[in-house]
Amino acid sequence: MWDYVKLVVLGVIAISAAIAANYARDMAYMVNAVVVMIAAAITFLVVLRTAGEVRTVNKNEYMDGVVRAGVIATSFWGIVGFLAGVFIASQLAWPQLNFEFLQGVGNYGRLRPLHTSAVIFAFGGNALIMSIFYIVQRTTATRLWGGNLAWFVFWGWQLMIVLAATSYIFGGTQGKEYAETVWYIDLWIVVVWLSLLAVFMGTLIQRKEPHIYVANWFLLAMIITIAMLHLVNNMAIPVSIFGSQSVQVTSGVQDAMIQWWYGHNAVGFFLTAGFLGMMYYFVPKQAERPVFSYKLSIIHFWALIFLYIWAGPHHLHYTALPDWASTLGMVFSVILWMPSWGGMINGLMTLSGAWDKLRTDPVIRMMVVSIGFYGMSTFEGPMMSIKAVNSLSHYTDWTIGHVHSGALGWNGMITFGALYFLTPRLWNRDGLYSLKLVSWHFWLATIGIVLYASAMWVSGIMEGLMWREVDANGYLVNAFADTVAAKYPMYVVRMLGGLMFLSGALIMCYNLWMTVRAQPARVTSHAAVPAE
Amino acid sequence: MCAKKVTQKPGEVPTTGHSWDGIEEYDNPMPRWWVWVFYATIVWGIGYSIAYPAWPLISGATPGVLGASTRADVAAEIKRFDDANSAIKQALVDADLTTVSANPELMSFAQNAGAAVFRTNCSTCHGSGAAGVAAGGYPNLLDDDWLWGGDIESIHTTITHGIRNTTHPEARYSEMPKFGVDGLLEPQQISEVVEYVLQISGQEHDATLAAAGQTVYLDNCSACHGEAGEGDINQGAPNLSDAIWLYGGSRDDVTYTVVNARFGVMPGWNDKLTEDEIRAVALYVHSRGGGQ
Repeated sequence: MWDYVKLVVLGVIAISAAIAANYARDMAYMVNAVVVMIAAAITFLVVLRTAGEVRTVNKNEYMDGVVRAGVIATSFWGIVGFLAGVFIASQLAWPQLNFEFLQGVGNYGRLRPLHTSAVIFAFGGNALIMSIFYIVQRTTATRLWGGNLAWFVFWGWQLMIVLAATSYIFGGTQGKEYAETVWYIDLWIVVVWLSLLAVFMGTLIQRKEPHIYVANWFLLAMIITIAMLHLVNNMAIPVSIFGSQSVQVTSGVQDAMIQWWYGHNAVGFFLTAGFLGMMYYFVPKQAERPVFSYKLSIIHFWALIFLYIWAGPHHLHYTALPDWASTLGMVFSVILWMPSWGGMINGLMTLSGAWDKLRTDPVIRMMVVSIGFYGMSTFEGPMMSIKAVNSLSHYTDWTIGHVHSGALGWNGMITFGALYFLTPRLWNRDGLYSLKLVSWHFWLATIGIVLYASAMWVSGIMEGLMWREVDANGYLVNAFADTVAAKYPMYVVRMLGGLMFLSGALIMCYNLWMTVRAQPARVTSHAAVPAE
Repeated sequence: MCAKKVTQKPGEVPTTGHSWDGIEEYDNPMPRWWVWVFYATIVWGIGYSIAYPAWPLISGATPGVLGASTRADVAAEIKRFDDANSAIKQALVDADLTTVSANPELMSFAQNAGAAVFRTNCSTCHGSGAAGVAAGGYPNLLDDDWLWGGDIESIHTTITHGIRNTTHPEARYSEMPKFGVDGLLEPQQISEVVEYVLQISGQEHDATLAAAGQTVYLDNCSACHGEAGEGDINQGAPNLSDAIWLYGGSRDDVTYTVVNARFGVMPGWNDKLTEDEIRAVALYVHSRGGGQ
């Protein structure tokens, strides 16, 4: 019966999408409607082929299929996102790559949000969803709640990614950084995200362990806060039900403040709290050591959660934002320094007594470097939020360097570590195919990040100094074009850094593929039982 | 806090007694330095928010005991330069443009200011070095080939009002007919006149077609571009007999121009720049080498 309800719903969706495509007022909307139609049609066929079959599920086993799918999706979108990044970095170094025949779809302006969304929401988002589903099951000794709801979350997220990507290149955007997705994609994100919350909460409530592990605090805080940020920042009224454009409810500096309240906490919760959750599980597991300090984890968790949410105004120093808001943003950012470092201390000190593993285990090495970059960028961030520093760094490549030392170093490396940890366990393989290749990946990625970040520091500080330089009469000394010309060598180095990072990730994909294909099987238990 | 009795090895910190999937937690205290730096940043934060505008109230916010204001700071800095430059700027506005070059102090200021204005506003189209964009429709300002006149007064007028824009009633204006698109000339006539233009500009051409093209030229083009193709700065009509081409001088480029016409637009600047800035940049451009 349930199958037939699903078939009817999917059929209605496919037909409605076809009708919507016909009435579409813009290209982005039409392409999106066609994508929805195809997705609904494929799902319809899949449901139809299995309709009426009796499916048995062993409720005492962990639900790992969706985590395996997450491993594949994370790797895939990682490559897509890094590739887009290397390409747009090349476009900045060599503008000829904004090919005439690609104007309006493949120029830098259209591909930049494609890159940022691909790495943050497709690569990072899949890494988080995959980790959430794995960690919450293991640390509660419970199968995921909600049956196929977890699969809905997984495929719903992939659909969101494809919709966002296809709308960006045809000009569908809200013009808000990291929140470019247009109104109907925003609504879909709400549905998928609340389903994720339901799966996570349902599993937590049914847990067989008496206490909730620290990783789950961070993951839950991330899910709830992202839901709140997303809802508030995307308050908009669509111009037409058949168009992608919408009008923001707020305007002017209020809208800017809400945008950066969202933007900063997308970094703070999605990329910091969420990934700290991953760190708190994968680092002690890989190191086989207890977490350093329970007290520190409590204090830095609450301090981080409380303080992060106020730090947004530092993105709007020296703008129409009133001075008082700017001051508070800066003060809270500086106070945030130690709460952020609490996670670094807990991660690094967990390795005390196991430092020798750095020599033998490249996966641990990756995680340690990841925590190191986390510490570095969470020091750099508060520093850049100081008004005097910000007046030099704002709008320059320094910001880009800062973001990438966090994104490539912290988020990228911890995700690679998690993928290396998960793949042999999820596919029951006896270890990774090649530790040597992990080492290659490690060095390529690390050197790539160092090249990237240092090129952007040099270029950012140089361009900040050039912009502010005035002569004795108060006239600007440099034209904007002069700063662009001066940045060329750094742009080339940055592109090379990105290329090395991408090469490392490709080696990882090969290694993971061979682990699944060629490594001998190992018998492991997937029974959902409490550890003690 | 401990869920159960923990068996502790001598010298080892106890764990909290919980275990999740094999993960335990030590009951270590927080590092002292961490706690103290955290406290220090909080104390600093309270102090800073007393010193500077910070806490929102019902209407407005606490102003901070230092009375700091970023708006006042930037206004003061602008005023400092404005005060320092006001006398010489006034002198520039009052001066006769044709005689400024005789006044070294004023000319030096105008060069400096004009260069800055040019880099910020003009280099986008005319290039950092003012050499224009070859065949891109953005004229080279370094040579002595001027569309609308290269004396200082003409340059000043061009910058003030711009060319063929819709925002300045006094903008310089002229429009070349679209001879091909609007059917004013037959395709055959167009290829003839193009050959003639190639001939008078000293390029390789088809002599037979060019001979026929002379009639077409005199009937249709000479009113603006002159009998010998020398151009007319009163109408912004380019000289067709030299080797300088605004949109390219090849057979294809010239044919495109005759068929579709060109309509280069430059904004007027007197709603964005002040008179002293316009004068400064006019003098700067005039002194680049091509000024007449």
